[in-house]
Amino acid sequence: MSLKTDVHLPINPSDDPLRLTGRRLPRWAPAASMVAGLVIGILLLVTGVKILGLTWWVVALLAFLLIYGGWTLSVEGRRHATDRIATAAVYLTAAAAIIPLAWILITVITKGISVINLEFLTSTMRNVNPRAEGGGILHAVVGTLTQVGIATLISVPIGICTAIYLSEYGRGRLARSINFFVDVMTGIPSIIAGMFIFTFWILTLGFPQSGLAAGLALSILMIPVVIKSAEEMLKIVPNELREGALALGIPKYKVIIKIVIPTAISGIITGVMLAVARVTGETAPLLLTTFLAQDVNWNAFEGSQASLPTFIWDQIARGTQSSLDRAWGGAFALIFLVLIFYSAARILAAIYAPRER
Amino acid sequence: MSAPVHEPQLHPGITSERSVRPGDRNFRFLTTGAGITVLIVLAAIAAFLIWKSIPALQNNTGSLLTNQQWLPDADPPSWGISVLIFGTLWTSILAMVIAVPIGIGTALFIAFYAPRRLSKGLGFIVDLLAAVPSIIFGLWGLYNFMPYLVPFAEWLSTYLGWIPIFTNNVDLYTKSILIAGVVLALMILPTVSAISREVFLQVPRSHIEASLALGATRWEMIRMSVFPFSRPGMISAAMLGLGRALGETIAVALILSAVFEINWKLTEPGGNSIAANIALKWGEAGDNGRSALIATGLVLFFITLVVNMTARWVVNRRKDFSGAN
Repeated sequence: MSLKTDVHLPINPSDDPLRLTGRRLPRWAPAASMVAGLVIGILLLVTGVKILGLTWWVVALLAFLLIYGGWTLSVEGRRHATDRIATAAVYLTAAAAIIPLAWILITVITKGISVINLEFLTSTMRNVNPRAEGGGILHAVVGTLTQVGIATLISVPIGICTAIYLSEYGRGRLARSINFFVDVMTGIPSIIAGMFIFTFWILTLGFPQSGLAAGLALSILMIPVVIKSAEEMLKIVPNELREGALALGIPKYKVIIKIVIPTAISGIITGVMLAVARVTGETAPLLLTTFLAQDVNWNAFEGSQASLPTFIWDQIARGTQSSLDRAWGGAFALIFLVLIFYSAARILAAIYAPRER
Repeated sequence: MSAPVHEPQLHPGITSERSVRPGDRNFRFLTTGAGITVLIVLAAIAAFLIWKSIPALQNNTGSLLTNQQWLPDADPPSWGISVLIFGTLWTSILAMVIAVPIGIGTALFIAFYAPRRLSKGLGFIVDLLAAVPSIIFGLWGLYNFMPYLVPFAEWLSTYLGWIPIFTNNVDLYTKSILIAGVVLALMILPTVSAISREVFLQVPRSHIEASLALGATRWEMIRMSVFPFSRPGMISAAMLGLGRALGETIAVALILSAVFEINWKLTEPGGNSIAANIALKWGEAGDNGRSALIATGLVLFFITLVVNMTARWVVNRRKDFSGAN
């Protein structure tokens, strides 16, 4: 700055041919354009005039983009105008991703909180008329916890063993194809998992519809998620630990069990919790493997069993106001459960995350 | 697996490296077995779906591909799959068209625009969107979101009605493919965003710094050094999102009004999808009906398999020779 003024003193800085930087908009330009856009939008809202039938906030947004874009184009030139419009667009997309989430959470909480009370949590839908008030979700909570528990019991050993194979032993063709198909398996539609368990477990092997069948279907969705997260965690474990232990003459399997897994265990637990959170909300496979039930079924091996997602599905289908209220209550309980698993996973991850080097 | 006898033992007392401890062998056997189980499950899914769909395929009197009816339990059974495939693809493609720009934009925001602290929190929030169960998306979409989308659908048909897909001849705007597509877009947004973010973070720091040092604006930096590097990753993010949308069941089943006909018009009530049809028809279906539903499930399974395999193949091929690490 001082250098420039020392050499010569142009009367108007923007006329200076030796200027190093181009002309820029003032720092308050985005805010000012935003206010201008808002003013236009609110004017339209107040006067009731509609341009092309658009709502006031859409007009405000478009006006902002036009004012901002035009201003920067006239002052800074085409390149910077593109940059600024792109920045605005990127901010808008981020908002478009967050607003629905906030909207969903607020809706579920406000609609659900008025339904949730001790009676709702401790009673079932047995002998409750769809039109009547009352009833509860105890049977559904019991079912969801049983089915998710079974799914966890099945998928955690298989998932972690596969992850160990992939990260500690897997070389060559078999490992590559397992790796590839695990990735592919994460994309299997959940209803296909339910359909497979129906054809295999119920039609072919002749077992009854049960919570166990639902747990099996959920485990098909859960296994690939557990494998991917556990494998990632095992790969972060520094190789020096393995080499040091092997150099001391410890057998490889003991190195894995006593050194590699304990180092990665927090991350593995986090992955398992995330997988649990993911399958807790699955509805489609449950519809095919364990039908709707209105009462508590403690026996996971026989008879249909309710669950929170199918409870919501059932209540929506009944279509009365009180059943819709119950659906929102169930949604609140379900999202609460999912969020508990999810936040527990994130907190564990934040506390125990192995430091990358 | 013992060492050859004639090999000279240089260090007597140290076991030959070829001998394997039983514990090691068992453990390796166990973990390999778990890995193979995964492959077997995937193969079994295909095998059982094929096997159980054969009866309905054999006694179907209509043409599988052109018949636009769903009467598998009638006598004689007559059903076709074209309506379902059309509805599945049409809703999913719409969802992808909406979700891919927004997802990539969100990923760009997290990777390059947001302050460091905010970007971490935002990544958390986008992941949270993935954890919201689909039944809740359906419930919210049907009772809270649809009333706000109906005016938009009306606007589309009023001002853009000259484009055939936006025409609305029935003057009803609820429960349309448009609404299902928008809700689906929200559901696949986290997938698209998370994978794009991952590939954006793999772009070599040096490329980014070089372009900025040459005087590029941030957008030029993204367009010239981030996008070329991460294009395969973005394509597969879009395809994985598509795969998710194809198989989405409950939200679509709740929102669409499940009409069994091919209708291109986005804003009219109607539409159907393979997965939603299975969820809606399963309870009332007889033996042959279930077999027919399994046949449609088989088609869905193979469509998603192809989409996912292509996406993964693109990602993995890239991983091998990326200069990121």
